[in-house]
Amino acid sequence: MTVIDTEPTAVAAPLPALPVEKPLLRDYHAARWDEPLIFQLSAEGHRGIDVPAEDPAALEATPESVFRRSDAPGLPEIGQSQVLRHYLRLSQETLGADLNVDIGQGTCTMKYSPKVNERFAGSGQSVHTHPLQDTSTMQGTLQILHELESYLAEVSGMDAVSLQAGSGSAAIYGNVKIVQAFHESRGEAEQRDEIITTIFSHPSNAATAKTAGYKVITLYPDENGFPDLDALKAVISDRTAALFITNPEDTGIFNPRITEYVDAVHAVGGICVYDQANANGLLGIARAREAGFDLCHFNLHKTFSTPHACGGPAAGAIGATNELAPFLPGLRVERTSEGYAWAKPSESATADIRPFHGVIPNLIRAYTWIRSLGPEGLRQVSEIAVLNNNYVLAQLLKVDGVTAPYAAGQHRIEQVRYSWEKLAGETGVSSSQIGARMADYGMHYWTSHHPYVVPEPLTLEPTESYSKRELDEYIEALRHTAAEARSNPALLQEAPYRSSIHTVDVDATTDPDTWATSWRAYRRKYLGEEFAAVPRWQPATDLPVRQRPPKAHHR
Amino acid sequence: MDQGTMPVHPYVPNSAPATKQAMLDTIGVASIDEFFESIPDELRMKRPLDLPPALSAESQLQRHMSGLLAKNQPTTVALSFLGSGCYPHHVPAVCDEINQRAEFLTAYAGEPYEDHGKWQALFEYTSLMAELLEMDVVNVPTYDGYQAAATALRMAGRITGRGRVIVADTLAAGKRAKIQTFLAGALDIDFVAPRPATGRIHLEDVAALLGEDTAAVFLETPNMLGVIEGDAGAIASLAHGNGSLLVCSTDPLSLSFTASPASWGADIVCGDIQSLGLGMHFGGAHGGFIATHDDERFVFEFPSRLFGLAPTRVDGELGFCDVAYERTSLAMREEGIEWVGTAAALWGITAGAYLALMGPEGMRTLGDTIAVRTRQAMDALAKVDGVEVLHTDSPHWREFAVRFPGRSAAEVNAALLERGIYGGAAAPAVLGAGADDTAIYCVTELHSLGDITLLASALEDILS
Repeated sequence: MTVIDTEPTAVAAPLPALPVEKPLLRDYHAARWDEPLIFQLSAEGHRGIDVPAEDPAALEATPESVFRRSDAPGLPEIGQSQVLRHYLRLSQETLGADLNVDIGQGTCTMKYSPKVNERFAGSGQSVHTHPLQDTSTMQGTLQILHELESYLAEVSGMDAVSLQAGSGSAAIYGNVKIVQAFHESRGEAEQRDEIITTIFSHPSNAATAKTAGYKVITLYPDENGFPDLDALKAVISDRTAALFITNPEDTGIFNPRITEYVDAVHAVGGICVYDQANANGLLGIARAREAGFDLCHFNLHKTFSTPHACGGPAAGAIGATNELAPFLPGLRVERTSEGYAWAKPSESATADIRPFHGVIPNLIRAYTWIRSLGPEGLRQVSEIAVLNNNYVLAQLLKVDGVTAPYAAGQHRIEQVRYSWEKLAGETGVSSSQIGARMADYGMHYWTSHHPYVVPEPLTLEPTESYSKRELDEYIEALRHTAAEARSNPALLQEAPYRSSIHTVDVDATTDPDTWATSWRAYRRKYLGEEFAAVPRWQPATDLPVRQRPPKAHHR
Repeated sequence: MDQGTMPVHPYVPNSAPATKQAMLDTIGVASIDEFFESIPDELRMKRPLDLPPALSAESQLQRHMSGLLAKNQPTTVALSFLGSGCYPHHVPAVCDEINQRAEFLTAYAGEPYEDHGKWQALFEYTSLMAELLEMDVVNVPTYDGYQAAATALRMAGRITGRGRVIVADTLAAGKRAKIQTFLAGALDIDFVAPRPATGRIHLEDVAALLGEDTAAVFLETPNMLGVIEGDAGAIASLAHGNGSLLVCSTDPLSLSFTASPASWGADIVCGDIQSLGLGMHFGGAHGGFIATHDDERFVFEFPSRLFGLAPTRVDGELGFCDVAYERTSLAMREEGIEWVGTAAALWGITAGAYLALMGPEGMRTLGDTIAVRTRQAMDALAKVDGVEVLHTDSPHWREFAVRFPGRSAAEVNAALLERGIYGGAAAPAVLGAGADDTAIYCVTELHSLGDITLLASALEDILS
């Protein structure tokens, strides 16, 4: 009888003892491909795609023949899978909201963009349609647009909605032009040459108004963080065209006296415009209408979930009261006995903001998101977004070195602008450097818009999309980074270490002699490549050069 | 509303009761309502939103959306000759793949430390455009060609310090209106009309308007009548002699056939990138580019982000940075140049991938094919009784104008629609001007000779 040895044989190390709960701080490293520039992949004769070919000899004796270019464009030659691999590697070196706990880009509502919506936005029944098709052949899209207009009217309380603007800033610009057209219709356009906004409103409120020719007046916060109401009352007059204001502002504190601001501006004949780019804490809770606003806008890529796409395409929706509705840009859809059709545009309509009818793929995504959630779901979105925000606030205030300026002890709506001023004072580590170190933990981090009214700012907006555990991960990464700033500040000076790239010298190539705005510019300036001289404008010798403002950087 | 009774939606994880309660306990509040106490009662909604009930099951949602989208009849089930600012071109499958990559699709404003790949992809887009345009500076995309043209003209005003521009009136009606409204208060516009016989702008007509306060002459080529502006080089020379800039709007895809505007003297080139692998999307897929030579007077007048190469703290490593960020409204609010914000970045990345795939030979072949196809279509329709093809002696690319003497284009289009053909857009619909009997037809590499024959015989049938 054979004796079998029943003792285990140590052929492999046993599994480590796994804790029941995985620690919140990740041992992360970003993808690092050391990917060449696409031009460095070029190989003579390689081709990425074939196209139908006609013999150019057919152009002989046509008027076109003399305009045919003599050489092919100077593009690189790359095979198809090489192009694909190149871009997929670059995508891996990009940390989208689908990958990280993207709560560090406060004000921008980095929520989940549902995957199923991509099917509809990318459907051939939408992609392959032309904006000038007969409306009888576009009943599906027209119905979507019509219903989306009505949903956004209900969410805002406004009477009419234009879906044409291609982004939030474009919608703000649209609102500025509506304001201008409204006052012009009353013969007051020249007199009303001032627009008032606040320092905690998005920079585009000030910048679009200036572009349209307005003098911009900016209100700063009072000791409670609200735009100074006395300051507003001091600047309003018969020159006031409009107030562009956000509530809550970037601080996340709802301004309970908002109707006093609106009433004051109305009293001098100004228009009140509500920047609701981010309305994520107020769906089904409070609306522009009840606060007395005449105009508002939503960023559909914020509150209504369309993906941010590296910075667009986006979409903006403008809401207007009946009084302002005739000035809305673009065509709107009406339901007739023969189906959906473009309504006859008002004679007062402002000029188109963009070609055709808006960013259709995003309008479809926003429509679908609303349909998936329904009225209770929209309210739930806001309630949980606000719950998540106040949870992060409660936990983060336990971290030594961070504060939440203004409204101490009060709950916030959908976001909070924090300050690392205390930590920076004690360690010399800036908010920007904390952000760079957060990249080592797989987290995206933003500071705030300029100017930094809140010193060493950090703006967090948890939205409704992240689980409690994910929020805890972000908080833990911040807590750990703040501790590192105390124990080893030098470590943070050179962060990140585990990113796709190391610290960029943002000052080295920002002068006219050194900047390389393209591969072509780089070859000319740094490699000595010469390009044929072309005819071009030469400034008169006495034409002044604009004074350059002090250099600035994104973060 | 009693929060306990609301179902947990898959998009809202912490609505699960146990999680919600744990979070409320951590914060130390009894209910979510407490968070909203700062909102005065008179501003609070007292009723549920009046919206259709949730389609929270993905299968229900898909069924609903499929039903809606099935009511569309896309150009793939018809034969379409519509162009006029939204062009049917093949979208390579690789472009779709890159455009749909979750990392790109859901990234936003990250620094190189989170989004190095995005910065590189956008730098490569601007660099590929720079090769095509033969200019060193190209912006991270603005919204669309309308905005690009309007901004390019404002740039010209700022660069020259002059107060008027001459604009070729060969534009889409919406683009004309956009330019007018965007220039209002900053620049006055003198429109120069195309000559009826040629469909293009003539040197003498520009010369008659040129003055010492002319900041720029603006041309679009090919223009909305499909005509290549043959006097462009001479007009550029005339403008330069007057101290004025030449601003040119063009479809970058047309540079597959014609020489770059920079080569004949354009100082600012602008346009829309929709043709570069974006698809039509019912007119919802646009991005704007602005390009100039590397001259600080021009660079400092861009409102957009400009990306450049930069060293890192590691020797030999290339990174990316903003160029002259202090220009922007993000840095300077109203003291910046116009404004910049979220616009069309992922369309830019996609367009870059398109140019990388096409390469020099793909572009050249496409340019030739479209030129040949356009002339074939013009010739074929010219043989149809009741059709008059306009401007036949002028050079064309992709589009051309036709007249139906005695009939309206709308009437002809209605008859074509019955035959499954989407005829060219009526001129008044596109240009906001022009006669009812005139239409703009578009042919691209997607049209075969057979398609053109089919159109010609349908028109013969309708007009006979």
